[in-house]
Parts: sequence; structure tokens; C-alpha cells
Amino acid sequence: MTKAGTTVVRADPPAPAVRLPRRRGVELALIVVAVLLSVYGYCAVGLARHGTVPPGAAGYGAGLGVLALVAHLAVRYRAPYADPLLLPIGVLLNGLGLVLIYRLDLETPGDRAAPTQLVWSTVGVALFIVTALFLRDFRVLQRYAYVCVAAALALLVLPIAFPAVNGARIWIRIAGFSIQPGEFAKVLLAVFFAAYLAANRNALAYAGRRIWRLQLPTGRVLGPIVAIWLLSVVVLVLERDLGTSLLFFGLFVVLLYVATGRTGWIAVGLLLASLGAVAVGWLEPHVHSRVQDWLHPFATIEAGQGPNQLSQSLFAFAAGGTMGTGLGLGHSILIGFAAKSDFILATAGEELGLAGLSAIFLLYGLLVERGYRAGLSLRDPFGRLLAVGLASIVALQVFVIAGGVTGLIPLTGMAMPFLAQGGSSVVTNWAIVALLIRVSDSARSQYDGEVAA
Amino acid sequence: MTRNIRMTRYIRHAACFCALLLVALLVNATRIQVIQARSYDDNPANRRTAIARYGQPRGDILVGDSSVTGSKDTDGRLRYERTYPKGPLYAPVTGFASQIYGTTFLEHTEDDILSGTDPMLSAFPLWNDLTRRQNPGGNVVTTINRAAQRAAYEGLAGRKGAVAAVEPSTGRILALVTSPSYDPQVLSGNDAAVERNWARLNADPDKPMLNRAVRQTYPPGSTFKVVTLAAALDAGVVTDVDKATDSPDPYTLPGTTTSLTNEATGCEDAPIRAAFMWSCNTVFARLGVRVGVSDMATTAARFGFNDTGLGIPYSVAESTFDVSVDKAQLALSSIGQYNTRATPLQMAMVSAAVANGGQIRSPYLVERTTRSGGATVSTAGSRPVRQAMHPATAVRLKELMEEVVTEGTGTNAAIPGATVGGKTGTAQHGVDNSGTPYAWFISWAQGERDLEPKVAVAVVVEDAEADRGEISGGGDAAPIARAVMEAVLTD
Repeated sequence: MTKAGTTVVRADPPAPAVRLPRRRGVELALIVVAVLLSVYGYCAVGLARHGTVPPGAAGYGAGLGVLALVAHLAVRYRAPYADPLLLPIGVLLNGLGLVLIYRLDLETPGDRAAPTQLVWSTVGVALFIVTALFLRDFRVLQRYAYVCVAAALALLVLPIAFPAVNGARIWIRIAGFSIQPGEFAKVLLAVFFAAYLAANRNALAYAGRRIWRLQLPTGRVLGPIVAIWLLSVVVLVLERDLGTSLLFFGLFVVLLYVATGRTGWIAVGLLLASLGAVAVGWLEPHVHSRVQDWLHPFATIEAGQGPNQLSQSLFAFAAGGTMGTGLGLGHSILIGFAAKSDFILATAGEELGLAGLSAIFLLYGLLVERGYRAGLSLRDPFGRLLAVGLASIVALQVFVIAGGVTGLIPLTGMAMPFLAQGGSSVVTNWAIVALLIRVSDSARSQYDGEVAA
Repeated sequence: MTRNIRMTRYIRHAACFCALLLVALLVNATRIQVIQARSYDDNPANRRTAIARYGQPRGDILVGDSSVTGSKDTDGRLRYERTYPKGPLYAPVTGFASQIYGTTFLEHTEDDILSGTDPMLSAFPLWNDLTRRQNPGGNVVTTINRAAQRAAYEGLAGRKGAVAAVEPSTGRILALVTSPSYDPQVLSGNDAAVERNWARLNADPDKPMLNRAVRQTYPPGSTFKVVTLAAALDAGVVTDVDKATDSPDPYTLPGTTTSLTNEATGCEDAPIRAAFMWSCNTVFARLGVRVGVSDMATTAARFGFNDTGLGIPYSVAESTFDVSVDKAQLALSSIGQYNTRATPLQMAMVSAAVANGGQIRSPYLVERTTRSGGATVSTAGSRPVRQAMHPATAVRLKELMEEVVTEGTGTNAAIPGATVGGKTGTAQHGVDNSGTPYAWFISWAQGERDLEPKVAVAVVVEDAEADRGEISGGGDAAPIARAVMEAVLTD
């Protein structure tokens, strides 16, 4: 595998002793399964609602199939050693998300979201293909760490200039499309954190004063990263996008830990974060009410105001039971606002049951596991941190929103990766999968028969 | 190298942390979807129960072999709404089935069948639990006689009042009419109009939603003399109905200076036969006192008074005969005044007992229930029977009631070619008896070719527009009773 045109200085690995199987055939077979499952779901909705296969089923299947196939070809030619599970998982989750949104569109004839979502999915897959084709080596990104962080901050600040939508200033509207720039910032920040920590991890781990049993890194090293993290969190608090602040904080802590192994720092960070959360919970009415809803989801029912969104979401999950009502036969639309975005998981829970919900969770789990696996098998610290960071974004995001709608943690608005309605989110997720493909390709093509050490 | 080994360990730790998050999500999903699911499903704010309930057409209530209810597909979230093609006519039978205000009467007591939740509707036990499907709503076949119901409703013609008719030998309720009535369909849906209709109907001074035939008690007036005479005959206080009684006119109530008079003349010392025919208050007031409170109460209870548990299947208001009374109060109670109160259905049962050899069959409205396909789920079966009076007493009363119709106060109820027995009543009420008297008529009828009486009726008209003197059971109520009886006999 030559990387012509790559000018990054790298410690050339010894020539691979063993050529790993490329497994592109496995990937193709799994993609076919993923597309068929999605088409089956689409047909199941139509059969349950109207007794006929929906007229767009063939077109939908063909569209999804062609997208997946082109993505597969791009991977086959540009990242032949990539992990064969990443792309099929992305296709299946995206296809399932389109089915769920199409299904919810039937309840809101005046507000169809599935066609837009399909357009955004196409954009996402296109971005995936572009990344696979033109990003020959992920290590190029290391050079653009500061460009990334500048872009991330710009994207975060941008929506403040636009009017608030539903209490949060995280959207910008261009030509009829709502874009959530914060979504893209996630990936950029992950790149920056990975690059910065990879470059400075020795200094972070060892340099600096020692106070009692805590080894403090020098302010010169830790300063920039803390400053950027704080800045992004402050911006998000201003924009009232608490889910994303939580995500950034989690990402920061995980990467800091992986880079330095300093649990003491993690403990201090968590302590500060908890104090901050408690303070914000008390002071900010918006957050305070979320916490109250979490502690007493049925308070509005007892007060005679009817069920709130969280109780409707819990009702939906409960109605699903073990096996679910079947696609198209649930009533999760009772959740009302955001049923297609933040609460999309409730539809999956009601219509696919605990069985389907667990399958979805396990799909995310597998996606994250493949990311971590790529990180483990690489030698390059930046690549390891990047893979871990990207996988952690998915893991944390799934936990924050799925835990929120199922009443495990206080609800913070966030998109379920791939499933939820939202163009920026789906494009970002395809970018994450693309980067993971690239990282895993490097990892497996450099495999020398030993576990990276 | 060592740093890389350490980093591998840290990555594994981070992966373990992510695995913990995954486990937490799975455990929590199991908690809400399986362990606590039932409590969420049963939460009254969860609309899924209502959506499922109204997601299929409700079963129908049938009179004869045609339906008096229907279902309308609204395409709303609560999809099917109840319709009542002849709402006001059958309102006291069906009640309403509202998406906001719940159900009443047969819609209420037979709700499990009509909504399809009754497990008896399943072909196999537990089948629906397995398939998560709901049975289509079953049907409820009533005992109502279409012609009799119509005759009663048209007879009242919007005047305040009620009619109850039963088949004496079985207890089947043939007609149950209240007036003024309302259309239950205006309460079926869940929009703002329904709320307005609800407020309007509840505020209406005429109380159209009140089921006067079974839920309203009236002083029965002279129709109660049937009970008093039954008690007297059973107790042996009267042995010969043709023997002159030692009754003064006017009659001074015992222990008071209040004197009781008659509207009819010739009541002084009148024999029971004449006193019954012309409805002499003085004779029957004194007769009740002679029978005594204990025997009077026993007989009244056998007829169904002071019974709080009657359901047809929906509950019937308790008809009362006060047992803690002095002699003056007993005298008034014995002519259906003071604290004596009865529902029209109760008085129809009194009439039916006379017609049925002294036996009372518990009245009922539901003949049988069926699956949507028509297969029978349950039938009414034989009803409990109670001997209200000695059979000989019933024979004697039957004869006296016939004479009321042939030559007494109830000639308006006579039907050519049929044997009809009746008793009129005019009940005073209000402060100092200032209200317009209620006109009562109770009767039974037997066609020429029938082996036994086919119908017993009670009619009460609250606000007959006639002058006070003219209002009487014979004038206002008897023609309605006759129309109902004719309808049953010619059916």
C-alpha cells in the first residue's frame, strides 16, 4: 500500500509480514442485508397502514442500494483493508432511520421529513465517498489541528447571530434548510483534541509540579486545550445546547484519560463538572426543569396538565413491550414535537419492542467497538486518539440521548446518530464513519502479525 | 513502546466504560419496556387505551333484529364515534358512549362486550394476548319491543314523564321510555361541540338525560292501593271484597285532626270492590292502618320496594316504603303518599305481579350477547322469581283491576277483544301538595288467544297541561298505556 502524495513524515512501519484478508466481499454481503432489511421495514410500514406495499418501495430500495454500493466501491478501491462492519452498520442505521421517519410522516401529512432526510443522507454518503477517495492518509489531519479548532469555534459561534429555534440557538437557516453547525464541530474538535494530545501527551503526563499526590501538567501545555474546551462549553451554554456541552466534556475527559492515563485528572474534571452541573441545574431554569422532569416524569399529569414529552416517551416504550407493536402500528406520534428527531428512539422502542431496541443499541455498540478496535491496532498515537475520540462521540451521543428519552438521565436535546431527523447530524455521522474507515484501513494494512504495542 | 502499551490499556479501560454505558441502556430499556410497562400502560394519561378502544367500530345494541346504534369513522386519532339513528327514542336504554364523558346504561354495563375486551369474545383463551389483536366488538340484543317503545314515546309526545313495560311471565322489559329525551350522539365525539352539548344538557331544567323510567322515583298515589290491598288480602284483614267497610268519609287520620277526603263520591262505608274501582282514599288509608306497618312493609318489600340492589343490568333507583311511621303517616303511605315513592319500572312490576299469579320475575333488558358474527356469547336465561303475594290474592286483584278498566276510572285503557286490568293514580307532591299532580296508570293486558297476560305497563305523566281537577291517571296516562299494550298484543 503506497501513499503517493502523502508528505506526512511517519515512522515507516516494517513491511507487513502477513497480508490480512481484505474482507470486501463480507462488507458487500452485509450491505445487501442492510439494504434489504431497510426495504423490508419500508414495506412493513405500508402493509400495516394501507395493506399494500408502498409505491415508493422500489425507488427507495434502489436509491439506498445505489448509495451504499457506490460507497462500497469507494471503500473497495481506496481503503481495501478497512473494517468490513463499519459501512454496513452505517447503511443499516441510516436506512432504519429513513423508515422510522417515513413512518412518522404518515401521522403528519402536512410535514414530510423523509424526502429531506433522504437528500441529506445522500449528501452524507457523498461526503463519505469524497473522504474515502481524497483523504489518502488520516495523518494529514494532524497538520490542520489548529485550522480544525478555529473552524469548530466559528461553527459554534455562528448560530448566535441567528434567531433561537425552540429555545436553543443552534440552528442556522439557509435556503430553506436548517443546519446545525455544532454537529460538524464535534468531528473537528475530536481531530483537534487527538492531534494536540498526541503531540503533548508526554508533557501532560509527566511535566509540571507535584502537589500532594497530584501531578499537575504545566499550564503552558494544558492551558490551550482547557481554554478551548471551556470556550466551547460556554458557547453551548449560551446557546442552551446542553447535550452537546455534555458530549464535549465527555469527549475531552475520555481523550485526556487515554492520552495520559491520569485518573486523578479525570476525578478532578468530573468533580468540577458535577459542581458545574449542580450550579447550572439550580441557576438555569431551563436545566432545572429538565432535572425536575427526570426526577418526576409524571408531575404534569398529577398537576392535571396532561403528560409531558418524557412521560409520552415512556408510555411509548412501555407500549412496545418485548416484541413491539409492529412497524406503523404504534402511537409514538403522541410525543408531539421532536418525535422524528430527539424522540425517534421511542418510535423504535414502541414498534420494534425491546428486541428491536436492543438490536439497535448493539449495532451502535458494535460501531463503537470497531472504532476502538481500530484504535487498538494502530501504532500512531494521533490515529489511536482519533479513532477512540470518534467512537466515543458516537457512544456518548447514543448514551446521552437514549438515556434521556428512556428516563435514565435528564433529557438533553440531541440527535440519535443516523436515526434521527436532522441533516447536519446525518452528514456528520457519515463523516465519522468515513474517518473510522480510513483509520481502520491504515490499521489493518499496516498489520504486522503482532498486536500493536 | 511502553507508552504505547500503557495507552493500549487506557483504551481498553475507555472501551470498558463505553460497554458499561451500553449495559446501563439495555438494563434501563428492560426496566421501562418490560418490568414497569404495565404501570405505564395503565396510566390514565396514556391515550393508547382510548386509541385502541376507539380504533375499531363499537359493537351494536339491537332491538329485535335491527340495530339502534352505529359507528362512524371519523379518521381522527380516536377513530370511531358512536351514532344513534333513533337517539332520543332509545336513550334510556342505550345511554351514551362518549369519548370524553364515558358511558352510561347499557353502553356502560355491556361495555366489555361492545368494546371487544370481554375475554368471552375470543375464540381461544389467551389467543389475543399472543397475537396482540383485539376482538371486534360484540353485539347486545335487548328485550325491547320496537312497536311498544315507539307507542310509549309517541304517547308521551314530549310531555315530562316515563313509561316502563315488562312481560309478566319472564321479566323481559318491553319498553323503557323517558321524556323529554335527548340524542346521545351529540356526546359521542371529543370536540368542543361535545363539551358544549354536555353543559347544555346538564343545565337543562327539564333534565333530558335523567332516565325517569328507572332512575326517578315518584309518589305512586292511588296505584299503590294495589299493594295495600294485596297486603290486606294476604294478612286476612279483608276476606270479602263485597262486604261494606266501616269507613267514614272524610276520614280523620289517627292521632291528628287532619281529615282525608275523596275526589270520588259514595266512598263512605264503600265495599273494597267499589272503593278500588273509584279509588277511595279514605277506605284504603284506613285499610293500611288496619293491616299495620309490619305486614304492609313485608308485602311492599316482596313487590320490590326498599330494594337497593336491582339491576337490569344497570342499577335501578330504590323505590321506598317508609317503615318507621306512625298511624297517620301509615295511612298516607298506604295510598301512595307521604314517603312512599316508586320508579315507573317498580310500578310496572307491581302490575306484572298481579298479572302473573303473584309472582315477580326480576326485570331485565339484555336478551343475549353475541360475537360480531352472530354467535351467542351469553343469554339471559331464567330470572329469579319471587312470590309477591298469595296466588289467590293475585286472582282477586286481577278481577278488581279488570273492573277498573271496564267500569271504573280506567276505561280509557280498554282494548276491544283483550282482557285489560288497570289502576289509576293521581299523586300530590310539592310543598303543601302545590305541584301539578302526577298522573299515573298501571295496567296489564292479555289478548284473546293468549294463555297469560302478555304485558304490564306503568305510565307516569308529570306535567299534564290539564287543570288540576281534570288531571288524572285515567285521562292522561291510561291512553298511553293502552297504546303500549296494543302494540305488544298485536305484535
